[in-house]
Amino acid sequence: MGAGIDVEHLNAWYGTTHTLQDINLNIPANHATALIGPSGCGKSTFVRCLNRMHETNPIARATGVVKMGDLDIYKDASPVDIRRRVGMVFQRPNPFPTMSIYDNVASGLKLNGFRNKAILDETVERSLKAAALWEEVKDELKKKSGASLSGGQQQRMCIARALAVDPEVLLMDEPASALDPVSTSKIEDLIFQLKSRYTIVIVTHNMQQAARVAENTGFFLNGKMVEFNSTDKIFTTPSDKRTEDYITGRFG
Amino acid sequence: MSTNPIPTVTPSGDDGLLRPPMDFQTRRMRLNSARRYLVNHLVTGLAVLSTVLVIVPLVAILGYLIYKGASSLNLAFFTHIPAPVGEPGGGMANSMVGSGIILALASSMGVPVGIAAGVYLAEYGRGKMLAMAVRFTADVLNGIPSIVMGIAAYSLIVMRQMHFSAFSGGVALAIMMVPTITRTTEEMLLTVPHAIREAALGLGVPKWRTVISVSLRTASPGIITGCMLAFARVAGETAPLLFTAFGNQFWSFKLNEPIAALPLQIYVYAISPYDEWHRLAWAGALVLILMIMVSVTLVRIYAGRGILKGAS
Repeated sequence: MGAGIDVEHLNAWYGTTHTLQDINLNIPANHATALIGPSGCGKSTFVRCLNRMHETNPIARATGVVKMGDLDIYKDASPVDIRRRVGMVFQRPNPFPTMSIYDNVASGLKLNGFRNKAILDETVERSLKAAALWEEVKDELKKKSGASLSGGQQQRMCIARALAVDPEVLLMDEPASALDPVSTSKIEDLIFQLKSRYTIVIVTHNMQQAARVAENTGFFLNGKMVEFNSTDKIFTTPSDKRTEDYITGRFG
Repeated sequence: MSTNPIPTVTPSGDDGLLRPPMDFQTRRMRLNSARRYLVNHLVTGLAVLSTVLVIVPLVAILGYLIYKGASSLNLAFFTHIPAPVGEPGGGMANSMVGSGIILALASSMGVPVGIAAGVYLAEYGRGKMLAMAVRFTADVLNGIPSIVMGIAAYSLIVMRQMHFSAFSGGVALAIMMVPTITRTTEEMLLTVPHAIREAALGLGVPKWRTVISVSLRTASPGIITGCMLAFARVAGETAPLLFTAFGNQFWSFKLNEPIAALPLQIYVYAISPYDEWHRLAWAGALVLILMIMVSVTLVRIYAGRGILKGAS
């Protein structure tokens, strides 16, 4: 089951740049939440703060409270534990080039010292099925390198890899922006199915995509969250002038 | 009054024909394409020539060694220790084993330290003062003459223990290996895309594990090449061993005693006044080169297979 995320007074900096300014947001469990906004508005920084990837950059820091259920992710757990529970899919597919498809999907477990072969096999199959890739790769799981798949397949493999560690939340940072329309629609179908089991936060530049997959949408601008509401509301009757300007294409 | 809509130009060196202005353009293009054709072939030719220039010395040296040394190679050469002056025969078995021991010692110290330092530079020390100091030291160390390494090991180990030893020779060669390995490891790790590290960190893999199983593994072909380069470089070194391993005309397997080494034995035989020893020196040089070639090739095949199989 997915977990909801409560964000209170989240601020983030890169060096002296104040990238996120006082973000407050409740992300409901088992729903897809889309984050839209022009480039450089802080959407990516925001999702990276949700699994503490933000702090892997030595000049970055963040303050505020991020709670997953009752767990304060900045106080009650190590970054490594948090990242096992809050999975992430990146903008560009990033398979491990030296590993087979099987090892790529199993990497989250294997690199954490998990060795039980039967469970690994079962997890790999379940994750690849959940990522709608199983049928395409099941015959060459261990023969083919993960990097030899097509871009769309690689991205679905990366989703399978994230699902294999059984997270509660799945963060997707523009997961389809480097893919062709067919692969994109596959990924969107996938998001639709995954919602029942995971909480999904998806950053996207594509407003149609946000409208298609997400129940709720947040609009970011210049490091602030301008508006957060149901996707319907955001796209039909936004309450803020800036949101309206953005979704009607007047800027950004 | 009729006006010609196309202005005409009479080229200098008038041949009596009126040419349209385009002709000048096409002529220039033809000239250009001829020039490009020429330059293209010239540069390709230079590249081929340079390749040949690189290969010629290697083939020549190897060929000359085979010509001079192969005739002295026999079973005794690989199984016997040097014969006393005046006695024919004898071999370099103890030198080959000695070289193997010293190189194994040097590699077992130099490779881990070099790789660990490279990992620090690339993964942990970005922008830190210590990293800059280490990088600078490695670069300077790389340029220090090898005899100085021998003197360093001599004063650090031999002077304290008051005797020459295989161990001190290993240390001298290890110090020589470290800078090459450190810098290649660093460079190779920096070519690993950041996205791959993020993928591992994002899965909840601790940083140390990410470094070992993802960064190092992805960069391993280059790192192995660096290690082999360092190995091949020190395998033929004579100067650092002169006052450390010292050489030995007899069998020795102990690390705290003087030990024979191929380069030392070659050196001793080559400057001797005896023809028989000269021939043995040639044979020794041939064996040394073959040993380096074989070990580099073996490591490459074995390591390459290990990476492809991908035991994580």
